[in-house]
Amino acid sequence: MKIAGPELAHESAYGHASGEALYTDDLLARFPRALHAWPVMAPHAHARILHLDASAALAEPGVVTTLTAGDVPGENDTGAVRHDEPLFPSEVMFHQHPVAWVLGETLEAAQRGAARVEASYEPLPAILTIEDATAARSFLSGPLHWARGDAAAAIAGAAHHIEGQVAIGGQEHFYLETQAALAFLDETGEIGVHSSSQHPAETQQIVARVLGSPRNRISVECLRMGGAFGGKEAQANPWAAVAALGTWKTRRPVRVRLTRALDMMLTGKRHPFLGRFECGFDGEGRIQGIRIELYSDGGWSLDLSEAVMGRAMFHADNAYYLPAADITGYVCRTHKTSQTAFRGFGGPQGMLVIEEALDRIARALGVEPHLVRERNFYREGQTTHYLQPVKDASRIGTIWRRLKSTSRFEERLREVAAFNAAQEHRKRGIAITPVKFGISFTAIPYNQAGAFVLVYPDGSVQVNHGGTEMGQGLHTKMRHVAAESLGVTVEAVRIMPTRTDKIPNTSATAASAGADLNGAAVAIACNEVRSRLVPVAACQLQCAENAVRFAGGQVFAEGAETDGVAFVKVVEDAYRQRIALFADGYYRTPGIHFDPKTGTGKPFYYFCYGAAVSEVEVDGFTGDHRILRVDIVQDVGESMAPLVDLGQVEGGFVQGAGWLTIEELLWDAQGRLATNGASTYKLPSWPELPEVFEVEFLERAAEPGVVFGSKAVGEPPLMLAISVREAIRAAIAAFGDGGIVDLDSPATPERIFWAIRRAQRAPRAVREKSPA
Amino acid sequence: MESQCAIEFVVNGAPVAVPWDHPRATLLDALRERGLTGAKEGCAEGECGACTVAMVENTSAGVAYVPVNSCLLLLPMAAGREIYTVEGLADRGSPAEVQTAMAEHGGSQCGYCTPGFVMSLFAEQYRPGRVGPCRVEALEGNLCRCTGYRPIRDAALSLGPAPEGPLQERLSRAAPEVKPFACEAGPQRFARPGTLAECLKFLASDPEARLIAGGTDLVVESNLKARRLNALISVEGVAELLLFRDSDDAVEIGAGLTLSEIGARWSDAPAAFREWLQLFASPLLRNRATLGGNLATASPIGDGSPLLLAFGADVRIAGLRGERIVALDEFFRGYRKTALGPGEIIRSVVLPKPLPAYARFYKAAKRRADDISTVAACFAVDLDAAGKVTRARLAYGGVAATPVRAVVAEEQLAGRRWDLTAIEAAQGALARTLTPISDHRGSAEYRLALAQSLLEKFWHECAQEAAA
Repeated sequence: MKIAGPELAHESAYGHASGEALYTDDLLARFPRALHAWPVMAPHAHARILHLDASAALAEPGVVTTLTAGDVPGENDTGAVRHDEPLFPSEVMFHQHPVAWVLGETLEAAQRGAARVEASYEPLPAILTIEDATAARSFLSGPLHWARGDAAAAIAGAAHHIEGQVAIGGQEHFYLETQAALAFLDETGEIGVHSSSQHPAETQQIVARVLGSPRNRISVECLRMGGAFGGKEAQANPWAAVAALGTWKTRRPVRVRLTRALDMMLTGKRHPFLGRFECGFDGEGRIQGIRIELYSDGGWSLDLSEAVMGRAMFHADNAYYLPAADITGYVCRTHKTSQTAFRGFGGPQGMLVIEEALDRIARALGVEPHLVRERNFYREGQTTHYLQPVKDASRIGTIWRRLKSTSRFEERLREVAAFNAAQEHRKRGIAITPVKFGISFTAIPYNQAGAFVLVYPDGSVQVNHGGTEMGQGLHTKMRHVAAESLGVTVEAVRIMPTRTDKIPNTSATAASAGADLNGAAVAIACNEVRSRLVPVAACQLQCAENAVRFAGGQVFAEGAETDGVAFVKVVEDAYRQRIALFADGYYRTPGIHFDPKTGTGKPFYYFCYGAAVSEVEVDGFTGDHRILRVDIVQDVGESMAPLVDLGQVEGGFVQGAGWLTIEELLWDAQGRLATNGASTYKLPSWPELPEVFEVEFLERAAEPGVVFGSKAVGEPPLMLAISVREAIRAAIAAFGDGGIVDLDSPATPERIFWAIRRAQRAPRAVREKSPA
Repeated sequence: MESQCAIEFVVNGAPVAVPWDHPRATLLDALRERGLTGAKEGCAEGECGACTVAMVENTSAGVAYVPVNSCLLLLPMAAGREIYTVEGLADRGSPAEVQTAMAEHGGSQCGYCTPGFVMSLFAEQYRPGRVGPCRVEALEGNLCRCTGYRPIRDAALSLGPAPEGPLQERLSRAAPEVKPFACEAGPQRFARPGTLAECLKFLASDPEARLIAGGTDLVVESNLKARRLNALISVEGVAELLLFRDSDDAVEIGAGLTLSEIGARWSDAPAAFREWLQLFASPLLRNRATLGGNLATASPIGDGSPLLLAFGADVRIAGLRGERIVALDEFFRGYRKTALGPGEIIRSVVLPKPLPAYARFYKAAKRRADDISTVAACFAVDLDAAGKVTRARLAYGGVAATPVRAVVAEEQLAGRRWDLTAIEAAQGALARTLTPISDHRGSAEYRLALAQSLLEKFWHECAQEAAA
């Protein structure tokens, strides 16, 4: 692809490649007296704890102490939204639920100590599926219900009608760095915590709650994360709380690092969903009315599940106008890990249901699915089912046409048909799908951010902002924003680790909004400092204040670029004139609102658009598939770090393809996670990289009112991978007569295999042929 | 625990001595405790490669940097070795080419997997005898959750020949020999004998001891099941197990050769073997895993057995009372049980010649690289001039408690015309005789259907091959 802006490598790229970039648990060697924590875990999915004697662990050499409910000086709860997550439970709510923790001089001592702890349980009936939860009316939230028009009447009045359902699997985050926290007493005797957390302010809040301490006595720092993807938005908190409680009790540093197996067994995942739909449409496939019921598997506690369901409902339209819509959502309570945020935050599941419906409409009518999709696109002036005007709706069509042309879609559709006619045991499929994704936290108060910018008299700059770095390149962008705003080189700008004692009350770095929110705050702070430097510079340059320009470490009068002074000279002078060289910046997204009672409002500041074409080949003997080629056009606004944005698009796509194909979470009948390690849960690897992978950014797409005209990019590309699933479905259909293909998600080789068998209803002709 | 033993090895050119104070300590732990935190623990089972380091080894291609999972080396296995970590690549503060390439191509996002990728790619760049671009397959043992791999691929393809400098110079000198070594610390004992006779003696004197080769299975047990392996006998230094012999009547493969070395030594191996090697675990694991280990663990889903069964392999077993040969199809005696008696060790695997005329290996799994198979199959047939089957061997993993030959299905093929009618008859026999189970990798129904349809796929591919 062509890159218009500067090719900024990731701000820590050389640190990553040299091994010098540190992560929370890399700091362990700096705390020589650190204790290691290991949980005592319950062997039931649901049980009452009858008896728990943690003191047995103390007999193990090297065990220092144990942590149980009795040790909690504050509130025994880490629930971020609803106080429904006891850190030390009296009722076991999922298999391997930690009921106590053991602290040891070594990890092995803590593990062996935990194995000695005596506990007895009274097993209780466990609810393990959405179906069981629905039957038992076991809900954490719901029904949430939003409607526009009279969907039932519109469906009844339509010429055609379909109904169906799709089961959608969850997804393990599998950030390469597992959950980690390291608590210690700081130089003043108060609690400090290094935490791999997307939301240090909330981690601070939860630690303070558990310790019964005012928040000003707790500092939380996140250096960087080795991936998070939403999994460390609310679920970094319990581990930080355990570490902090351990430090509070022992006055020694305490390290909690979940092993991969623990991380997979104890932490929440992308929500599995069940989607049911009923749809009325005209002879060309235009939706007249739709009724959608969404059920998510929330696990044992609420966590962020209600907001996830909300975003699924907001995205039940994807890019399509639904004249009459009736959407209901239930969050099921099951005895599993508490499912949580994951890149897309319900949006992917909501979109998958409408895409499922559209494919069925197309196959029911015998019309190409891409035609049915484009006939339903939003047009300028239309509103969503929650009555928000669809800003830039025409971009959907612009992107679609551009992509069809650059990917040679129509021509390849014919090539695929020719291939399929010639091949009996291998079939190809090609599909194009769109994405419209709303940007802003739907929890309105989260749409605020702060920054604190410090300029030193030597011209060097420190930037503090509330966002965390998890690989998405936020710090790279913030460095760019600060450098451009102050008119200095990026090398002059240092981004400081995220700390609650620098920027307080921050929001989670999430919802793709990290760069928008923090970038605006950084720009405001930098502009404030710069505006104070203007009179100083005007005096030095002997020009009018409104003619002063800052760029690349130089300050000059407009039109006299070569005749300026160094930034440092202005700064030195300003210091001597007693001008403050630091400023804070604060930003809140304007004009957004939503009323959950009526299900209407303007929850999103803007929408991100994109589309993808995927072509796959499926092996009829095994159900295996290969992604042959992917073409993407994505609207990222005016990209301020094209290399970073390209990485988000490609990486998000592959992660989405993993979710929809090979990544399968399975629990057994006892509620044990059967896929609890890298050997049983498979992330995309090299062969899942499309053989041809073309990404283009939509041109002339600057977004007014957003920092530097850029747009969010973290989550939207993930949903472009729905094109892979639809391409697989097209290939399966080609084994039969092209009709409707039932296909739950993920499309594993086994699911594809059986779907092919169903498609091949007619017995195959056996041709006699011998190789000899 | 009082330490009585220090493990000595070389890290980034400097000798270190690390106290061996508990049996589950790994090389990764030792490196990180010494402040070399570039190598990370991502999974502790050799699947993600975040802990990759390079060992300097004398390979059949020359002195090489061999990338391995440091989480799967118990500390004493590192004794006498020479190791490079990501911290050892920069030359006086300037990054190595591979580090610059990864940084500038956007090959890192969160950066946690990056040191592992850097080490695998570094080893590939410096691979002795490499001509042409770096093979991206060399990175198949490393997982990245952020990038989707495209920028890492481009970084790999951007690299030219290994640059002159200390890292290249190091390869002009031989790697340290894997010398005999033994140590004890309290109840822990580790021995690395240098000869088969010594190895058998150790085994006889310490009945509790487990044999360990690459450790790619046993150390996973130690890491994930918190299992203490107090007594270990490493076969890495046993010269007799490192033999490779390709003669007129057989190919004999030493049980202690790594899979990578087997691939390097068997230069004219048949296509089925090449397919099999490519699908066997990952490059990082193939650099450590051995055929002896793969057979001795007797996993029903071990990928080694189907190929060897289809090739009619024999297992050469050594014991204090001499040697014996056991046909591989009589070697597996039940779930995780083998014909090995107390004090016995697999010396080699023998593939009799002539090798089959038509043979293919198939692996059905959720993911195509580095996954455990749902069903693995290897089929080998020989036909006479009239197109009749003179010999058929159908071998499977994942369809029974052990790797199996589908003998009844083979009988359906023997002496018949090699056509789809015969295949259907064999498929019927498979349905009657295979006993797959349902688990997280696949249902019993799917496994049986795969066993049948892979055979059909084989027939079609033979037909294509014959037509070509």
